[in-house]
Amino acid sequence: MARSTPEIPNASMADIAFLLLTFFLVTTTIANDRGLSIQLPPPLDPNQPIVEFQQHNLFTIQVNSSDALLVEGEPMDDVSGLKEQIKKFILNRGADKELSDSPEKAIVTYKTDRGTSHKRFVQVLDIIQNAYYDIWAEQAGVTNARYREAASDLSSGTNKEIYEKGRKGVPMAISIAEPTKVGG
Amino acid sequence: MSKFKKKAVVKQDIPTSSMPDVVFMLLFFFMVTTELRETSIEVMQRIPEATQLRKLQRKSLVANLFIGEPKKTEQYGKEPKIQADDVFIEPKDIIRWVNEQKSKLAENERDQLTVSLKVDTEAKRGIIADVETELRKGNARKLLYTTMEKKKDERI
Repeated sequence: MARSTPEIPNASMADIAFLLLTFFLVTTTIANDRGLSIQLPPPLDPNQPIVEFQQHNLFTIQVNSSDALLVEGEPMDDVSGLKEQIKKFILNRGADKELSDSPEKAIVTYKTDRGTSHKRFVQVLDIIQNAYYDIWAEQAGVTNARYREAASDLSSGTNKEIYEKGRKGVPMAISIAEPTKVGG
Repeated sequence: MSKFKKKAVVKQDIPTSSMPDVVFMLLFFFMVTTELRETSIEVMQRIPEATQLRKLQRKSLVANLFIGEPKKTEQYGKEPKIQADDVFIEPKDIIRWVNEQKSKLAENERDQLTVSLKVDTEAKRGIIADVETELRKGNARKLLYTTMEKKKDERI
């Protein structure tokens, strides 16, 4: 007696799969949670005493409402040298009286205007962070990209080691000041 | 007997039996990487570029704020607006929004909440500074300015 073996027709399988594939292709947005990470200071406390910093320990960067840059009081058009200037300022260790006493005391202040575009803000912040990550990566003896990767994922032991080694003695002190109100 | 052999008949079919497998593989890739968007973004999102990117590890700890010029300018005007989830909010609503986001997390993870600011390049610093002030008050101090990756030598 011939027994018919039950079979599922699978000719349309590819069609179904294609349909699903097209659906996911259209609705997909590849996750993009990458960017410049900062930590905001705690809320302003009116009772907190105002701390004065010595002028040579501050590296001042200002951007006005038309996105023009003022670095340590000097106008700057070309930002390509800014990173090296910041690194020199941080790693001065008292050699030049005009620059910082030590990396711990060095503070980069970044002041914008309400009319500054976000594009310019990000560009300059990127340069400041680049200077710090370069210094940290060098201290930890890895490349800049490797260092940032390690800093993003502290769950593994080696990453944590690299992270701690890099930032030892060099806190990332970027002070983002309240913007002025000329434009915007 | 002819000098020339008759040309062998060459089979020209492409084997299609592995097609479903290939398609399924692609399908699984997109199913895994996909992230269904519950909200449609109503503000312009031309994300700026930077080089020193950090990656956020845990998606569950991230809350998004979208800032930019509304897409429907005739309805909402040209001033940049803040979008949280699927509504426009004012800077003064941010503290409440932060608390809502925190209440979604487990108690021991609440201080690890990271706010990802997805800001349009043309948005002005003023509105972002207002948001930051409110975030400080709401004690959500981990911040990420979402950016795209830029090739290093393209820097202006």
